[in-house]
Amino acid sequence: MELTGAQILVHYLEDEGVEYIWGYPGGAALPIYDALDTDAKKLKHVLVRHEQAAVHAADGFARSTGKPGVTLVTSGPGATNTVTGIATAFMDSIPLVVITGQVPTALIGLDAFQEIDTVGITRPIVKHNFLVKDVNDLAMTLKKAFYIATTGRPGPVVVDIPKDVQNAKSNYEYPQEVSLRSYVPVTKGHSGQIKKAIEMMMSAERPILYTGGGVVLGDASYELTELARKLNFPVTNTLMGLGSFPADDSQFVGMLGMHGTYEANLAMHNSDLIIAIGARFDDRVTGNLEKFCPDAKVIHIDIDPASISKNVAVDIPIVGPVKQVLGEMLNLLSKHPVEANAEALASWWEQINTWRSTDCLRYEQIGNKIKPQAAMQTVWEVTKGDAYVTSDVGQHQMFAAQYYRFNKPRRWINSGGLGTMGFGLPAAMGVQAAFPDETVICVTGEGSIQMNIQELSTCMQYGLPIKVICLNNGFLGMVRQWQEFFYDRRYSMSYMDSLPDFVKLTEAYGHVGVRIDNPDTMKAQLEEVFSDKNKDKFVFVDIITDQQENVYPMVPAGAGLDEMILV
Amino acid sequence: MKHIISMLMENESGALSRVAGLFSARGYNIQTLTVAPTEDETISRLTLVSYGNDYQIEQIVKHLNRLVDVIKVVDITEGSHIERELMLVKVKATGAMREEVKRLADIFRGTIVDVTASIYSVQLVGESQKLDAFIEALDQGVIVETVRSGVVGLMRGEKSLHL
Repeated sequence: MELTGAQILVHYLEDEGVEYIWGYPGGAALPIYDALDTDAKKLKHVLVRHEQAAVHAADGFARSTGKPGVTLVTSGPGATNTVTGIATAFMDSIPLVVITGQVPTALIGLDAFQEIDTVGITRPIVKHNFLVKDVNDLAMTLKKAFYIATTGRPGPVVVDIPKDVQNAKSNYEYPQEVSLRSYVPVTKGHSGQIKKAIEMMMSAERPILYTGGGVVLGDASYELTELARKLNFPVTNTLMGLGSFPADDSQFVGMLGMHGTYEANLAMHNSDLIIAIGARFDDRVTGNLEKFCPDAKVIHIDIDPASISKNVAVDIPIVGPVKQVLGEMLNLLSKHPVEANAEALASWWEQINTWRSTDCLRYEQIGNKIKPQAAMQTVWEVTKGDAYVTSDVGQHQMFAAQYYRFNKPRRWINSGGLGTMGFGLPAAMGVQAAFPDETVICVTGEGSIQMNIQELSTCMQYGLPIKVICLNNGFLGMVRQWQEFFYDRRYSMSYMDSLPDFVKLTEAYGHVGVRIDNPDTMKAQLEEVFSDKNKDKFVFVDIITDQQENVYPMVPAGAGLDEMILV
Repeated sequence: MKHIISMLMENESGALSRVAGLFSARGYNIQTLTVAPTEDETISRLTLVSYGNDYQIEQIVKHLNRLVDVIKVVDITEGSHIERELMLVKVKATGAMREEVKRLADIFRGTIVDVTASIYSVQLVGESQKLDAFIEALDQGVIVETVRSGVVGLMRGEKSLHL
């Protein structure tokens, strides 16, 4: 069937099973927008208010569903506005296909209106990108884009389509097969290495499972949980891995790293074997590398060979999909039931429980100011720990990670790698679109929310009943915390003056606004926010919190994991 | 230590900038870089020389392999190999220097490929150190310009880099 390039794109997306496309029109994308109007049957386009939000929304959709997120924008500023979103997805390995309009091929290189070298600008922050120069290549290029984005270590792929290619005609047929000689993701870990790893695990005396976002992305939560329970090893999650192992499980020692728990960081530091699974030894996790886990041998399971031995030398590397590798480990353990070192494990657990008894996340809700920790804990209680929670970046993000205990994967959605303020609200739009009947919360601060506040309008247009929990302390809290600790309390530019009245602002957009400033009424007010009355409503909850509160525990920059500030 | 990293990649626009961009983004150094299509015109062969310890070179190879356009990567300095670089040197050749330059070119098995009344252009092929030695042997005052191709290389014997 002969179609224009723009029609081919729309038909392809439908054939690929894409449900939502997040975007913003403009000159170089007009043929595609026209084809959406004439040809789209199932595909739903959501009109955001800023292209950055389109990418974050597609990203939130992808993180919560495991399916690729899709974004459509125009050339020039449309494309450059996607850069922060693409980089956010790239750092956290999220599968996205970002389609950008481009000026006609005849104008490329002539500094045409709204021309920018999109492929050049995005090259360092994509898994791969394409400029489509011939309409006959379009369908196969899209097939490659989805294949590359979703396989191996996932990531964002940009497809730049010039306007004349959108208008040119070609025969369209959905390409069933794709193979790239230069891109062959691994599908199986090395069996010999897996056997060696099991042997090392069996003889370990102080082992710990250190697991990251790769377990979530690789849908390996079930395998991880089974393995951990079979071995009776402690489990710590990275910020990106929260939910991949149930937080309520007694084997869970909490998040590790800069704001990790005392027991998680000390268990890491004192371990004799780290089993790293889909985690990448990020600097926020390891602290000072020279002081990192002096006695530990390391087994590292990851789909990306470039992550192995990058920051920490590895004794047994296993390159492969975590789900398959953990599955094979479970198989081996069930076929040859070898007992782990029970006696050593018992005393290891005794030690860990001593650290745990420090109760490092305790806080006191005293006085008339709301503690941000209490706010997050109350949100967790009121929503029974079963909401999808997106977050922005800063203190509120850490409080959410510490006090909202995730028992399921894909429930905790935050920008871990790039640390993008402004991520939370648009990401929540993607999650809410994917799960219209679920409770979706965006935890934010008065700083972060203003970076994509315009999306309140999108939420109204599409009836997205997100609940925004804004921990409003009138400060860029994490900046303020670092200035308090490391810059002699010179609070340079961390105070947010001239804040809007968020309740009125929310109401101006047609939503419900609620202010909570009294610790005594907080729980009742939050119960009302999450009651059936508001099930279909977008509610912005502006919680006025204690300005002086800091995130503890903290591993200061340059310190080892055992050198934490507790309070 | 010097490493010669050789790779096959898709002969597509942008492939070279992906490699170059990787080096600048991750702070790896490139001493020389040369690229041209192979006998299969859909494939380019890129050879680069970088300096680093084993850890750095391992990282470079892994990250190159991660690029979607890159088909195969090998560090040919890992085993015995042949390396060659071509250099053209334009030198002032007047009076006694005409004989001197000719003699020196002969010693280094170079060829004079262009001659004018006052200039010789010498072509020299060999390992990089040999080219360096030729430059050093010349009176620096007579060098008008030099151009070098960058290193290319092959693994010795049966080993090869192919699809």
